[in-house]
Amino acid sequence: MIGRLKDLLVALAVLLLGRRRPGGDPEAERIVPPGSPDRRAEAWVLALFGLATAGSIAFLVVYALDPLAHRTQLLGVALGVALAALGAACLVIATRLVVTEELEEPYPAEHVGDQDAVAQLVAESGDRITRRRLLTLGGAAAGGTLGLALLAPALAVGPVFDTDELAKTPWRRGRALVDEAGRRIAADAIEEEAFYTAFPEGADRETVGAPLVVVRLSPDALHLPPERRGWAPEGIVAYSKICTHAGCAIALYRKPTFPAVEPRPAFVCPCHYSTFDPATGGTVLFGPAGRALPQLPLLVDRSGNLRAAGNFSGPVGPSWWGVRSRKARGA
Amino acid sequence: MIRGIVRYLDERSGSAPLLRKGLRYVFPDHWSFLLGEVALYCFVILVATGVYLTLFFDPSTAPTVYHGSYAPLRGVEMTQAYRSVVDISFSVKAGLLIRQTHHWAADVFVVSIVLHLLRVFFTGAYRKPRDLTYLIGVTMLVLALLEGYLGYSLVDDLLSGMGLAIGYGVALSIPVVGANLALLIWGAPFPGGAEFWSRMYIVHVLVLPVLIGTLLAAHLLLVAARHHTQFRGPRASERRVVGIPAFPGQAPRSLALALFVAAVLVFLGGLVQINPIWLWGPYHVASATNGAQPDWYLGWLIGALRLMPAWDFTIGSHTLVPNPFWGGVLFPGVVFGFLYLWPWLERRVTGQHGWFNLLDRPRDRPWRTAIGAAMVSWVLIVFLAGSADRVAVTFGVGYADQIWVYRVLVWVVPVVVLVVTRRICGELIAGERVEAVRRRAEAEAAAPPPRSTIAD
Repeated sequence: MIGRLKDLLVALAVLLLGRRRPGGDPEAERIVPPGSPDRRAEAWVLALFGLATAGSIAFLVVYALDPLAHRTQLLGVALGVALAALGAACLVIATRLVVTEELEEPYPAEHVGDQDAVAQLVAESGDRITRRRLLTLGGAAAGGTLGLALLAPALAVGPVFDTDELAKTPWRRGRALVDEAGRRIAADAIEEEAFYTAFPEGADRETVGAPLVVVRLSPDALHLPPERRGWAPEGIVAYSKICTHAGCAIALYRKPTFPAVEPRPAFVCPCHYSTFDPATGGTVLFGPAGRALPQLPLLVDRSGNLRAAGNFSGPVGPSWWGVRSRKARGA
Repeated sequence: MIRGIVRYLDERSGSAPLLRKGLRYVFPDHWSFLLGEVALYCFVILVATGVYLTLFFDPSTAPTVYHGSYAPLRGVEMTQAYRSVVDISFSVKAGLLIRQTHHWAADVFVVSIVLHLLRVFFTGAYRKPRDLTYLIGVTMLVLALLEGYLGYSLVDDLLSGMGLAIGYGVALSIPVVGANLALLIWGAPFPGGAEFWSRMYIVHVLVLPVLIGTLLAAHLLLVAARHHTQFRGPRASERRVVGIPAFPGQAPRSLALALFVAAVLVFLGGLVQINPIWLWGPYHVASATNGAQPDWYLGWLIGALRLMPAWDFTIGSHTLVPNPFWGGVLFPGVVFGFLYLWPWLERRVTGQHGWFNLLDRPRDRPWRTAIGAAMVSWVLIVFLAGSADRVAVTFGVGYADQIWVYRVLVWVVPVVVLVVTRRICGELIAGERVEAVRRRAEAEAAAPPPRSTIAD
């Protein structure tokens, strides 16, 4: 029994480790030209296969072990080593273990005879048709209308023709401003040189029309258009927080740290750096925005809290065809 | 055994002659021919890692509160989409490795496509009979950009939301139909209806990958049908292609390249952090972060959007063209329009309608090279303008000043590059002529003088 096993092992070892004499029929004409063996390259390939195997096993081990610091890094290195070693082995095979041949072949040409035959075949097939133009027109009408019919259901994916939705906002006269936590905002709590985000009380915040930026300016710095007199009680102004350029939130308030360089406070959108002037009704100071930031008229109620005194001075968010002739509408 | 497999296949498909021919298909050898292959392998890795990610990703904007293993976000309200990607990053074993590898593969995919495109452009490989192959390639680049944008938009972190807001603004800015189109795609005014996420998801994981895969197959079939181009060589000519056979020479080389690409991407995925979404937090319409940068391949578009002066094209009080159209639609439209029309334009202007199997060296076609270089410099300047905010923060150079400089450079640099490149090509050619003349003279001097016939 043990003798048998020993024989088997020896046979296995011979099969694995023994070298092969060049095979094939010596008489037959070769397709791939012959080359001499390269034992060193074979050893390299074997070593690289070993490294690849080790990498893969390392990956499995790291994966199986449970909580491990830097697991992502270890997994990446293990798998990367396995792949790179296998790649290197292929490269050694390509350059050292197979014969590098240089073949040549003619570039394919066009098939003039077949081209003619196809054109002729199609033309002859339509020989019997006498009113070709009318039939073509009829076929085109049938195909085109079928296409339209098949495409029509796709229109259900959006309110394609009703663009009024774009101008809607949740703001109306009397709606209170609340902060991120939902608390009403007292006018006294708004300080100069600070920047507040406000939302409409009791409305969805995740719409373009909802969020506001609120700042306090000294009343003599304000230069609002005459028709907006009374929109900024105590110098507090509110604007849509959504940039009129591409719809990002205006998250920066540039207060003049160095008045010589930065003459006035400004709202800046961090996406494309459109810069708006809160003192003059949200006009554009710099950057790509083509339209002023819509302003929300404010009032201070009896308990000293900020409320909207109406809707925005214009549609909020990025512009579209004809946006200037629209008015902000209540939802 | 091989014989047995081949017989099995041939008996059932009759493919032995094709196989025999295919194995000896000739690949001309040049390092730059590998760029397209790198893109191909990136695509394979993108599909493989992407399929894995779909097993865990939840494309839903339904609100939830995070209670996972990442402490700083515990108790934060977020969408299921964002929650599932945070979980992939922290709770799924090897999830972060696969996610980061997927993201890196997308970035390298586009890099390799662009480099491949530049190689094809500057060597004239796009000419007949390979113009169709080229047009399919350019289309794949367009789809790859869109696919990448959708990929990082799906995550619903703060950056992806800002990117979507910009995409919405750009869609809205298209004249006449913009508002309708944006509402059609988003289903409702921004941030869109609940269906919007399912739409992005199916387009990202099915529609675009299938389209890219189909075009890829067509691209490769066309390449094989007309054979590869090659540089001029002692035996390589317009009529005969010279190179290494697919088997046994090219196959292990290609396999090695595939494995190296995979290795590099996995190393990057494991060792180099990319898009750490848990730091950005979930997106809300009212939030934005400063210093936001998109993936590199959209840098030219953000640069174009930032560079534009505040021009809305209006007549009276009617807005015709809102500003994002210029940078977000017109600029890429011009660049891709150029790429699509170039082969036809060149044929029209040069009157060369023949077949071209041999590649040009860039210097051999000074005008093509100069125009291409000018175009590249134009896009590059716009791309750089997109990084002005980082430069302002890092080096303290005023942002507005930089933008004004770029607004000038964007028109000056391409003209300078055009003239200079044209000149360099001319000088190189002239230098070669001088060198050739000198060599001939030297050869004549070295050779024994012709025997003079001496009259008797």
